[in-house]
Amino acid sequence: MHAKEPLGTKVLTKPFFFWAAIALIGLFFVGKRFVYGIGAVSNMNDGFPWGIWIAYDVVVGTALACAGYSIALIVYVFNRGEYSPLVRPALMTSMFGYTLAGVSVIFDIGRYWQAYNIFLPWFSNLHSVMFEVALCIGTYILVLWMEFAPAILEKVKAERLKAKLNRVIFVFIALGVLLPTMHQSSLGTMMLMAGHKLSPLWWTAFLPLLFLITAVVIGYAAVIFESLLSSVVFKRPLEMHLLSRISAIIPWLLGFYLLVRIEDVNLRGHLSLAFSGGLKANMFLLENLLLLAALLILAYPNNRRNPRLLFLSSLALLLGGSLYRFNTYIIGFDPGTGWRYFPSVPELFITFGIVAAEVVAYLWFVKRLPVLPRLEGPAKA
Amino acid sequence: MKEDDFARIRERLNGISRRDFMKFCSLMAASMGLPLAAAPKIAAAVTAPHRPPVIWLSGQACTGCTESLLRPSHPSLEHLILDLISLDYNETLNAGAGHQAEAALQASMEKNTGKFILVIEGAIPLKDGGVYCMVAGRPFSEIVHEAAAKAAAVVAIGSCASWGGVAAAAPNPTGAVGAPEFLKGSTVVTIPGCPPNAYNFLSTVIHFLTFGKLPTLDEKGRPKFAYGRLIHENCERRPHFDAGRFAVAFGDEGHRKGYCLYKLGCKGPMTYANCPAVLFNEVGSGAWPVGTGHPCFGCTEEGVGFHMPLHAQADLKYLTPGAGYPPIVCERGQGASPAAAALVAAAAGAAVGAAAVVARNLGKDGSGSSAEGE
Repeated sequence: MHAKEPLGTKVLTKPFFFWAAIALIGLFFVGKRFVYGIGAVSNMNDGFPWGIWIAYDVVVGTALACAGYSIALIVYVFNRGEYSPLVRPALMTSMFGYTLAGVSVIFDIGRYWQAYNIFLPWFSNLHSVMFEVALCIGTYILVLWMEFAPAILEKVKAERLKAKLNRVIFVFIALGVLLPTMHQSSLGTMMLMAGHKLSPLWWTAFLPLLFLITAVVIGYAAVIFESLLSSVVFKRPLEMHLLSRISAIIPWLLGFYLLVRIEDVNLRGHLSLAFSGGLKANMFLLENLLLLAALLILAYPNNRRNPRLLFLSSLALLLGGSLYRFNTYIIGFDPGTGWRYFPSVPELFITFGIVAAEVVAYLWFVKRLPVLPRLEGPAKA
Repeated sequence: MKEDDFARIRERLNGISRRDFMKFCSLMAASMGLPLAAAPKIAAAVTAPHRPPVIWLSGQACTGCTESLLRPSHPSLEHLILDLISLDYNETLNAGAGHQAEAALQASMEKNTGKFILVIEGAIPLKDGGVYCMVAGRPFSEIVHEAAAKAAAVVAIGSCASWGGVAAAAPNPTGAVGAPEFLKGSTVVTIPGCPPNAYNFLSTVIHFLTFGKLPTLDEKGRPKFAYGRLIHENCERRPHFDAGRFAVAFGDEGHRKGYCLYKLGCKGPMTYANCPAVLFNEVGSGAWPVGTGHPCFGCTEEGVGFHMPLHAQADLKYLTPGAGYPPIVCERGQGASPAAAALVAAAAGAAVGAAAVVARNLGKDGSGSSAEGE
């Protein structure tokens, strides 16, 4: 195991205050939502009952939080221990991403005080995709916290408890690989129900498969993006030796994904729609061009060793993959007869607040808990 | 029922056609919620050679129940029912009078002990030894007591016989009670209503003749097929209630337009009866109190009719008007507000800028080099 240590630098920096301020604005509107109801802060309506809180915070947010899942796949399933320095930071972002996705579901559901019923087996509706997603994500949040618990236990020096946890942690690691496989594909299944309301550019019986692949790809992209970004922000050496090798997997996954994606639209005879102009068509093109660009960059080994190109390709992946999910849930969705949706300012601020809360928590955790790998020499200035 | 079977009873039916007779049997089956296959059984029962004797006792009553039984405009109904049961005693319809009639009553009770159907109309006064209702020199209570002991089934028709009705209304000077309370311990079918719907009575009697047992009763002895649901549930004005449209004074615009009468004191929401489904007098739709614009006063419901003030508002049992109503035209959502669009653009711009800065710095040397802003 690679040793980890807290960065130990000052927590209350200017960026910390900036993100905390945004989180507080979000919190203000969350308070408004709970006092005056969803209608007071959101533009959601009967035609678009899922707004950005679901499309971004849950559907995109949990994909961005698939870093832990993607790394766990390589380290634990394919048994490549050399990547283990990436595990803990990845797990931590997953933990934040999923926890806040769960929290934003509470903002989004009207009768949130009934939500605990999901976990009561005698109320289970085993035929519901939403039930599967809710239960699976709920369980996975718990699993992520258990997987991350050793870092917290190290910090508080609870060695005996940590030893006990280490004996059973394999159960949580196994669940941590199983659960995302289930619910990430189910997030696609949810839009299967939309049928003709979803544009044929996105609606396909392959939705679950495409959602699963994007989750894994976005997961790797998030690992790369986050590692590069934290190296820049915290002035640490780049982990290029790990990132270049990990990024070699991506072109294969992405190639398979794009093949299925485009050929599926083509075989169903709707590819001409993509060139018909208009928002939907252009979004479809943008989404796939971003992914194609990342594929073309990462296909060459030399590019994978260039930090700037690696960063740009991971960004393209994150944007393209997120756009695919966002398009499936909102842009490509048309409930008919003139329904319109664009998030309101308070609604946006709640989502921004959630992102800000993740950043704030990240800054605090890496500085105070053993998350990032210990550096051999002194950090470069 | 075969043609020759019918020929056997044709004479007793006063010239009614076979077709009309079978229609009557089907109507009876339908009003009790029985399958149509029960109609031939009913036909067989009501045409059986041994007609069940019926003894009809009248106490503190206005005779409205008997009147109502004669009123259904279906042709020949009165012939049918009066000819198909053997009505041995009914003070309104008796051919004889005085001692002759009383002798017929006694003779029928002796002869048909344990076989006849006893129908009680009107309340039974108990105060001062029951002297407030005397028939043939005997208190009515004594006559009922004697007859009930020998009857196969006891039916209390009308609200007075069921629970005292108008006779027992406060201050109840005669100490009037209904038959179930007076005959406590034995089963009494009650057909409350002021007057009750004749079909509810006929259906109950015919059920007994056809199947040899009483229909399912509720805890107040009312047949469930007729008194199982609130008037409110089947009322034709119910959509007005649900939509919040009420008449608030007799003759106001809402009243003229046929709005819900709840605010005028309609007791439909707390009264169990099938009036809106079965109607009265077979003259078509609207032939029932609420249909004519008068609030239901709860005549079939003990503790409501003759008890609550006519225009007091009903207690809603479980159906309450909505606090808000869904709009007919839904708001279809709105596009981007300038502020929201600006906010999204600002966030996207900041992200692009930050990404560009990071990408530029990443290329400079082998490590991250921009400083965390401090």
